[in-house]
Amino acid sequence: MTELAGLTLAAPVLVASGCGGTGRELAAYGPLADLGGFVTRSITLNPRPGGPLPRIAETPSGLVHAVGLQNPGLEPFLATELPWLAQQGTRVVVSIAGSSLGEYAELARRLGRSPGVSAIEVNLSSPDAPTTGVFDVREPFHAASVVAAVHRDLPRGVPVLAKLRTDVVRVVESARTVLDAGADAVVVGNALPAAMPDGRQAGLSGPAILPVALRCVAEVCAELPGAQVVGAGGITSADDARSFLAAGAVAVQLGTALLHDPTAAARIVADLHDVVPEPTID
Amino acid sequence: MTQTPRRGPVHVTGELLATKKVGAYHHLTLVAPGVADGFRPGNFVAISVGESRLARRSFWIHRVKPVGGYGAALELVVEATGPGATWLTRLAPGARLEVTGPLGRPFALPKEPVSCLLVGDGYAAAPLFPLAERLRERDCPVTLLVAGSDEAHLLSALEARRSARAVTVVTADGSVGRKGTVADAVDEVLARAGAEVVYAAGPVPTLHAVAAAAEAHGAWSQTALERPLTCATGLCQGCVVPVVGEDGVSRTVRACHDGPVLRGDRVRWADLGADLGQVR
Repeated sequence: MTELAGLTLAAPVLVASGCGGTGRELAAYGPLADLGGFVTRSITLNPRPGGPLPRIAETPSGLVHAVGLQNPGLEPFLATELPWLAQQGTRVVVSIAGSSLGEYAELARRLGRSPGVSAIEVNLSSPDAPTTGVFDVREPFHAASVVAAVHRDLPRGVPVLAKLRTDVVRVVESARTVLDAGADAVVVGNALPAAMPDGRQAGLSGPAILPVALRCVAEVCAELPGAQVVGAGGITSADDARSFLAAGAVAVQLGTALLHDPTAAARIVADLHDVVPEPTID
Repeated sequence: MTQTPRRGPVHVTGELLATKKVGAYHHLTLVAPGVADGFRPGNFVAISVGESRLARRSFWIHRVKPVGGYGAALELVVEATGPGATWLTRLAPGARLEVTGPLGRPFALPKEPVSCLLVGDGYAAAPLFPLAERLRERDCPVTLLVAGSDEAHLLSALEARRSARAVTVVTADGSVGRKGTVADAVDEVLARAGAEVVYAAGPVPTLHAVAAAAEAHGAWSQTALERPLTCATGLCQGCVVPVVGEDGVSRTVRACHDGPVLRGDRVRWADLGADLGQVR
């Protein structure tokens, strides 16, 4: 069992935001209850149609993506997606994104009261924020002000996870600042800021960014002992997950791997259970 | 139109049994346990093409056939236009492949034995052959319109003659059949067949022309779209298609999960943007 921000998780592996569809598509391949949790795509107050095509381009060991935070908006999410997710026997973490502090606060207020929401993940690291119009977190104090707004409006008992950019230079300072502002754990991290072949703002995900994410996780864990860190970035195997856990993460999130293999999360959970026997010395 | 509930997709390790070059295409035969069981014409499979290429490659299921000792095998038609598809066509028999399927919403079949026109352009004609068989089982007269840029890009025109009452072939260079495109021929073929339902698979301009012709003739159209799929399983939102819903409200759907077969009169063809085709 894994303890994250006061929650007990069935496994130290969660579905990362934006890579599990509505949950139903993934559940076709295996029960979500086997996983540590399901993080929804980022939900905004109003519906967002998303960006123009092409939205995704393949790069070596990576995907560049500019989906533009497509989502149905809060009301349809509460009416049609959340009730189903809440019945799947997994921890439901709702990712939120807003264009202002007021929007973040309202999202927190409404979601915090909704049955079935285990935690809120605040998306502070959208790689294409200037294009998408969500609150552009450029400085750690921007992140802290969002987390404070969310924290203030959430009922007690609903923890806040702050999802940070894997910016090796700033990540420790960012983590410290959001934890001080009331975050219960940090998720390190999101897609790296990148560009589509035509120059549009985008994010880079996949195994290509794993070493960067691992470095960030290691630094945060080393500098902020006691902080709860969830690692994310290019994990595709149990060995990858073990690297993040060994660096000090309490759990990992899986994103791009699911786009390549919808059974990846369940497979890694199972592989992590297979304890490697200690070498015996005669 | 009826649609029986389909069984869910599976993600399995399959094995390539054979690769045969036919014209410009490669016909791949593979076994993937469980994928063939729920197959309906219009379904496709997603295949991983190496560890470092993260986007899946999606292919229409052309045929499901029994193979001694293996249960059912799948036949896919692959045009080696990109690095992933090229990699796939160069694999030796016996290669292991990660396969997900059957995926997507298949063609809806008519309840009554009505006349049907099937329009296939290039390798995308692949799903129409198993469809023709299902329609004939339902006593639907089948007319085929098969198109390609040239003879090498015509899919199984000979076989087409066996499964349809009438076959029209068009090629862009006139090397076989009539010279021209689907758009040039579809009105006339549709009128001659008196088709009440038109099924089409091919590039966006072809599908748009078919949908428009069907609408003009008062026929239903079922169009199988090829969009740039990344996950192919409904997760990534990379393949959205603008449609008008039953309620008259515009929205987007995912080609992989809500399609690939969509009603031609529901797709907002003018808003589809560039004809991006499949990721290869």
